[in-house]
Amino acid sequence: MSKVDLSVNIGSLKLRNPILLASGTVGYGNEISEFSDLNKLGAIVTKSLSLKPRKGNPPQRIVETPAGMLNAIGLANVGVDEFLKEKIPFLKKYDVPLICNIAASSVEEYVECTRILTSEETIKAFEINVSCPNVKDGGLQFGNDIKAVGNVTAKVRAVTNKPVIIKLSPNVSYIFEFAQVVKDSGGDAVSAINTLVGTSFNIFTKKPKIFNINGGLSGPAIKPVALAKVLEISRKVDIPIIGIGGIMNWKDVIEFMIVGASAVQIGTLNFIDPTAPEKIIKELEDYCIANKVEKLSNLTASYII
Amino acid sequence: MFIVNSPIVETKQVHENIFIQKIHSPEVAQSAKPGQFLNIRVSENTFPLLRRPFSVCDVEGENIYLMFNILGEGTKMLARKNNGETIDILGPLGNGFNLDGKYETAIIIAGGLGAAPFPFVTRAIKNKKNILTFVGGRTEQDVVTYGLENYVLSSDDGSVGFKGNVVQSLEQDLERINISKSKVFACGPNAMLRALKDFCIKNDLDCEVSTECAMACGFGICQGCPIESTQQSDKYLLVCKDGPVFNVKDIVI
Repeated sequence: MSKVDLSVNIGSLKLRNPILLASGTVGYGNEISEFSDLNKLGAIVTKSLSLKPRKGNPPQRIVETPAGMLNAIGLANVGVDEFLKEKIPFLKKYDVPLICNIAASSVEEYVECTRILTSEETIKAFEINVSCPNVKDGGLQFGNDIKAVGNVTAKVRAVTNKPVIIKLSPNVSYIFEFAQVVKDSGGDAVSAINTLVGTSFNIFTKKPKIFNINGGLSGPAIKPVALAKVLEISRKVDIPIIGIGGIMNWKDVIEFMIVGASAVQIGTLNFIDPTAPEKIIKELEDYCIANKVEKLSNLTASYII
Repeated sequence: MFIVNSPIVETKQVHENIFIQKIHSPEVAQSAKPGQFLNIRVSENTFPLLRRPFSVCDVEGENIYLMFNILGEGTKMLARKNNGETIDILGPLGNGFNLDGKYETAIIIAGGLGAAPFPFVTRAIKNKKNILTFVGGRTEQDVVTYGLENYVLSSDDGSVGFKGNVVQSLEQDLERINISKSKVFACGPNAMLRALKDFCIKNDLDCEVSTECAMACGFGICQGCPIESTQQSDKYLLVCKDGPVFNVKDIVI
């Protein structure tokens, strides 16, 4: 076997392979393009965009934890208008699907951002961030409220024909209920999971290490949680899942696909090795050849329990 | 900018808790500028997970030098590496000092391990400019003179040199400095940089400072290292990408 099919579908979105770069870990593509051929990736998910620019949180925004990191960036971003003017021209040069991640403080803002961006042809789908733990005036309060998630999904769905992906919070009791409401409200897919709420304190000063007190925990420390959440959704809801959480190598990608992911997003690893996503794509091909997997997407939800 | 596995040539302890590590890394050595930094992965495992930023301490031929003290597990692992073992280097990163210009004397201000970038700065300008270096620390153990020239020592407790901080030491020597023909280059703790900023603005001294902030990536994608700008109140600058060297007038320290 010499040729393998790495392509995957997320609803109507067709990707050449399942490796996406997660929002907040790839900027707007230009920095990471120095290390990686963007054209080889499945897709790029942009940094969260809000209607107006956001300055983000003061330092300290990042702290390392065992096998992970906490971040409280506070959704710093250039805003929708500057994104269209200054960032899209660079991204247009690449043949890689662009998924716009949208963060907002109200349902109306989610809708308005989507409405403005949907006419931009370079953008192939939207990922709605209803679950960022690092902002006081949005994010988690949506992600923890099942009615709000349904409402946001339906309202965003109404203003775009492009695939709508809802990025779910792991900080809930039953994530499948949120995936179900996304499906029922017209969402095309879910991303699972966003970061877990965490904190870290200095034992000498007794003060939090992050300005925001709490941050979002990412990295290999959260992989088992993410796998369990993906599996939970996969077993109970018929909706495409993009797996996220501590992926460090090709084996982690396979594991996420087996428990139910159609595709995955690589996040924290981009900070450590920005060349890793491209390497992982090649290694997935090698895995398929070695294991006689003709079509990688056949692995999705192939778990045996 | 490179990601390269480079072998350690030598690790030398130059002070009680301070190490100089020589690494053979031709690509990085050829492209590094004084004031730039490297983001180094000390382990292939998930602990420590993130890279650690280090100033390029010096460059000599195809070798680069790092200066560090043991602060945590990452630097402990780095110090224990054997000659010939490789480390994964991402860099050179950041902007570096602007060493060109009409100034005649470079006033180097180094607080504690803030001495790290200055051997490279000294090497780059010593045949072109006069150099006057002020090196300070809390105690004698924190005063690092490796690779520096024409230095004045100070310590907070008076265990070596002038008793007081490095800015007070500079102030005391101000009479022998021609301010209009000098430029200050500094690196050290934020309290030192704040005092230095006030001093330089008051005395109309041009000053560039190298800043520090916790960061994950080192090249602008994590947004983890914001620093307040005096020019734009609506957004932060990033220490990794816009710095780590800034004109002191451009940032809020």
